[in-house]
Amino acid sequence: MKKQIVTLNINGEDMDLRIAPMDVLADVLRKEAGLTGTKKGCGQGDCGACTVIIDGKAVLSCLTLAIACQGKKITTIEGIADQKTGEMNPIQKAFLNHGAVQCGFCTPGMIMSSYNLLTRNPQPTRADIRRALSGNLCRCTGYLLIFEAVEACAAEGGVL
Amino acid sequence: MGMNKMYEVSNKYHDYKDYTREYTEVGRSIPRLDGPAKVTGKLQYTDDLSLPRMVYAKILRSPHAHAIIKNIDFSKALELDGVLDVLKGSDFPIDYGIVAHSANEQVLARDKVRMWGEPVAAVCAMTEEIAEKALELIEVEYELLPVVVDGRESEKFANETGVLIHEDKPGNIAHQGTQQYGDVDAILAESDLVIEQEFYSSQYTHAYIEPQAALADYDVHRNKLHLYATCQVPHYTHQQLAKCLQMPMKDIRITVPLLGGGFGGKGVASCADFITSKFSSRVGRPVKCAYERSEVFATHQGRHACYMKFKMGFDKEGHITAVDFNNLMVGGAYMSWGVVVLFYTASMVHVPYITPAMKFAGKRVYTNTNTCGAHRGLGGSQPRFAMEILMDMAAEKLGMTPLQIRLLNAVESGHTCRSMMYIPHCEYKKTLQTAADNCDFENKYGKLPFGKGIGMSGGYYISGTSYTLYLSYKPHTVANVKIEGENNVVLFCGATDIGQGCDMVMAQMAAETLGIRSEDVKVVSRDTMLATFDLGTFASRVTYATGWAIRRACEAANQLLFPVAAAIMGCRGQEVGVKDYQFYSLYEKKRKNVDWNEVVDQYIQANGPIITAGQFTPPRRKGIQQGGNIGHSPTFGFTTQIAEVEVDLYTGLVKVVKITEAGDLGQPINPMSCEGQVHGSIQMGLGNALLEEMRYAEDGRLLNPSFHDYKLCGTIDMPEVEATIVESYDPSAPYGAKESGEGPIQPTPPAIFNAVYDAIGYRCTEQPLTQEKVLNYLKSIGKNL
Repeated sequence: MKKQIVTLNINGEDMDLRIAPMDVLADVLRKEAGLTGTKKGCGQGDCGACTVIIDGKAVLSCLTLAIACQGKKITTIEGIADQKTGEMNPIQKAFLNHGAVQCGFCTPGMIMSSYNLLTRNPQPTRADIRRALSGNLCRCTGYLLIFEAVEACAAEGGVL
Repeated sequence: MGMNKMYEVSNKYHDYKDYTREYTEVGRSIPRLDGPAKVTGKLQYTDDLSLPRMVYAKILRSPHAHAIIKNIDFSKALELDGVLDVLKGSDFPIDYGIVAHSANEQVLARDKVRMWGEPVAAVCAMTEEIAEKALELIEVEYELLPVVVDGRESEKFANETGVLIHEDKPGNIAHQGTQQYGDVDAILAESDLVIEQEFYSSQYTHAYIEPQAALADYDVHRNKLHLYATCQVPHYTHQQLAKCLQMPMKDIRITVPLLGGGFGGKGVASCADFITSKFSSRVGRPVKCAYERSEVFATHQGRHACYMKFKMGFDKEGHITAVDFNNLMVGGAYMSWGVVVLFYTASMVHVPYITPAMKFAGKRVYTNTNTCGAHRGLGGSQPRFAMEILMDMAAEKLGMTPLQIRLLNAVESGHTCRSMMYIPHCEYKKTLQTAADNCDFENKYGKLPFGKGIGMSGGYYISGTSYTLYLSYKPHTVANVKIEGENNVVLFCGATDIGQGCDMVMAQMAAETLGIRSEDVKVVSRDTMLATFDLGTFASRVTYATGWAIRRACEAANQLLFPVAAAIMGCRGQEVGVKDYQFYSLYEKKRKNVDWNEVVDQYIQANGPIITAGQFTPPRRKGIQQGGNIGHSPTFGFTTQIAEVEVDLYTGLVKVVKITEAGDLGQPINPMSCEGQVHGSIQMGLGNALLEEMRYAEDGRLLNPSFHDYKLCGTIDMPEVEATIVESYDPSAPYGAKESGEGPIQPTPPAIFNAVYDAIGYRCTEQPLTQEKVLNYLKSIGKNL
């Protein structure tokens, strides 16, 4: 299918990208924008590894058409660290320091869902966290240290 | 300074620091060194890589589970603009397989397909979209053959229909074997109690979140291949590539980017490894192939389903007298690790309880289902599931508690099994007692209200294997350490970090012996050209095996540096210690010490950089009967888990509320990481117990090749876990460390099954323990609300 140049706002930057109408956002981010931090674990909306934030909502980028994202603000795992210094976002530091990362493949999606939760609900309960991350599968960690990381991040001042 | 302690160091401790365990780097819960790259999305996995002029490959897979390939017509596919090349079975005339003696897998099916999803042909094209389109244009003519899905029917099916899955395997029997230690029949006849029970352990898959991918870069001018691949045993993939591509190993380099999980499934070479390599050599461009999730399921090589018949004898005090174990293992279409797994299931019966006599008859049959192979806790999980339920059944009959019968039979350090398997170190009893104490097991078991229950199980696993699959006598692991200039320590060791964090653990072990900080050790691993040889990531061998190799390499470096430090400090070379970047006199630490950098600098000024090597091969231990070499290990880790469950009497849903775990993993190198291994094991074990099963239609189609239909334990299902690392130190192990990532998956399913029995009296012996089964049971006893 023929590709066209489409402008998407990704991590605060307008990027002119080659996009065909049927391209999903996950592929465009990874292949056209070079942002391979967003992972594809299933391509069917089941695993959550491709989670990004579009206009404040956590979204599965493997089920989202890229052309439908024009005029919207897309935030990926590369976009939540300090864009000037590269310093990690507190939720990224919390994942690292609480042993919430093993193989790391689900991590970007987990972090984006956690980040989104904390922007909506700065003091979530354990049940809130379980619910907010229920669309993200991890096969390594058993989730518990991820919950601890989110709680620690909330306790230490949140993500913003 | 502990002078007295110094003299107490007995021969069984390697050195003074091991005796006092005054470690500075071992035992630190540092975040993993690749962590920042992982949490920021910067880390590139195989499918994240791209190379200039890269093109894409896709695999056509069989929609049938058993069929003869009459013809493949590529003409329409080749007419499609952007299609570069195609491959079919005859392009790969040589079979491959992880076990050289029984290799029977085909890169692309040559004459017939034996399972749904088997690779039949491959396409290389300018884009993934064109490659996908081209797959649809390939015309394959199949002649369908009768299909057998049920492993219990396979032998009969072969004998009655005359249709064999592999022509050289009569009765569809992939392999069979027997072992006998003692006159089991006679002992059982004289035992006070004999429990006879059948069990079914289901087929499940690894479900790592990263699908397999391969990126091959073939230099057509120099005939050299560089493959980036998702493999956890690069050495085996290296051998298989050399064999199937008919290239010398020296012309092949494999680089493994960090893996997004493996759990045994990425130990075998993938079809993508072979076809990208072949295509790249033919089209002169880098070629990438990344699997769809359904392809990951089709090629999974996960846990073998087992139909197990057990007879277990006890005397009236509760001692095990003998075990009779008959195992029918459903292998699927190809051999994979099959022979190994079959005999592991036999070996793993002998521990963690003293088993004076044992008889095994095992058979692995072929079926037209997806091939099974190595899966976390390989060969241990199935008999453990059965035996831990049997222990509870026996305890009930004998008027004992589950804890009492386990403590009575538990093996201890220095145990030699009837199979000659030797357990140098064991704190299993301590794990039993600790877990029971931590959740007040003895006061809860049998005393909770209907619908609530508590159940116990033990488990253990090997820490490496004494026996290799490849036919060679070289060391299992080699490590090099290079010290050049200021703080510039580089550790070379080809072990593969599949997510468990061995890059970090290896840095910690090197830093401990060198007396520096783990964060300052640069690790070169996962590359067959740059790193030194390591056998691979399986059998929980990495920490133990690389630990010794790394330690020996670092000790060799210290042997060069100690005399220099001694000369500066004014003491004897053998009286030097090192820690926290300081060399010091073991006897006068405060008065005589010198900065590590100064010593290194002095040495390098005179001699140039330090490069030392260390290696490890496990002690030679062998079995005495057929398949008996399998299961021997330098040492073993132990664990106990206690599950607390609530059964919903309306819906039959089993909610696991809490798991209390206590583990003997020796000295943890990184306790936070070990805790993560335990949590992850429990999560996987819970899924295996309650949710997971590969399901097949009668025609052999896999019915649930997606995370939508194959459910994993998610955030909502995960119970609270209280994990305790018991005080333990294995003097035979490097830094006292043992495995922590495969033992803890063994007890989770039986602990949950035992807890459900305690809750509602349902003695289920077939996995998975679905809501439907529980509900039917509740209805049968009139307790469904």
